[in-house]
Amino acid sequence: MSAFPEQAGAPGATLADPAITKVSIIISKGSLEGIYPGLILANGARMEGIEANVFFTFFGMDAINRARHESIKVATVGNPGLHLATWLGGVPGMSALVTQQMMKSMEKLDIPPIPEFIELIADSGAKLFACKASVDMFGLTREDFIDPLEGIITVGEFYQMAGGGQIIFT
Amino acid sequence: MPTLTAVARTPEGFLEHVEDWDRELARELAREAGLPELTDRHWLVVDYMRRTFLEKGDAPTIRTLGKESGVSVKELYQLFPKGPAKLAAKVAGIPKPHGCI
Repeated sequence: MSAFPEQAGAPGATLADPAITKVSIIISKGSLEGIYPGLILANGARMEGIEANVFFTFFGMDAINRARHESIKVATVGNPGLHLATWLGGVPGMSALVTQQMMKSMEKLDIPPIPEFIELIADSGAKLFACKASVDMFGLTREDFIDPLEGIITVGEFYQMAGGGQIIFT
Repeated sequence: MPTLTAVARTPEGFLEHVEDWDRELARELAREAGLPELTDRHWLVVDYMRRTFLEKGDAPTIRTLGKESGVSVKELYQLFPKGPAKLAAKVAGIPKPHGCI
């Protein structure tokens, strides 16, 4: 139990372990299993009243790319967590099949598909950003991204924005 | 009529027994949580939370709240800035939601 809950401002928090009030989450991977953890962390933060920023970089930008965010797939090749024979992971259609099964289990838990989840997170007040270096590298523009995107920012601006909070890399 | 000091609560302030709840207690719980007044919009959410819990035995997720309570996700966060699902559950006198979503 906490010694000074009232000073630290949240249930369970103490002076030594202050409550988290702000998180900036980086999403860097473009697979289904690479994107969801960051989204769940962002949504969970907002649900607790914690300020949240989400910074999409490299292939993680597929999650906010209009043309791509509806077709994000589970990586079935080079993914030992699936316990699937390596050759089987490369069979055409395998990625789509595994993705479909995973989406079904998530729907049962009321976890939305990626486009809807991103919208929900934006509506919850979290701010979404794309990484300028990645945008330039892939030759993308603002028009390639979904409307709720707050902006395309540099790494320096990201650190400024993350000031006073925790940074989580996924 | 029960008052806040007379009902059993968890360390986080949720009611131990759903049946202890009434609308005046809800107003007290809300005031304690930093919501000085409950508007019709707050009540829409609180009543929906309570109804869903009593019917299904579980609090709705934020996604379901946004789709079915009649209040959008955006407005939910305006009404309950410190976290709509948890705060509305507390005011509705139901247990703390334990899902991650």
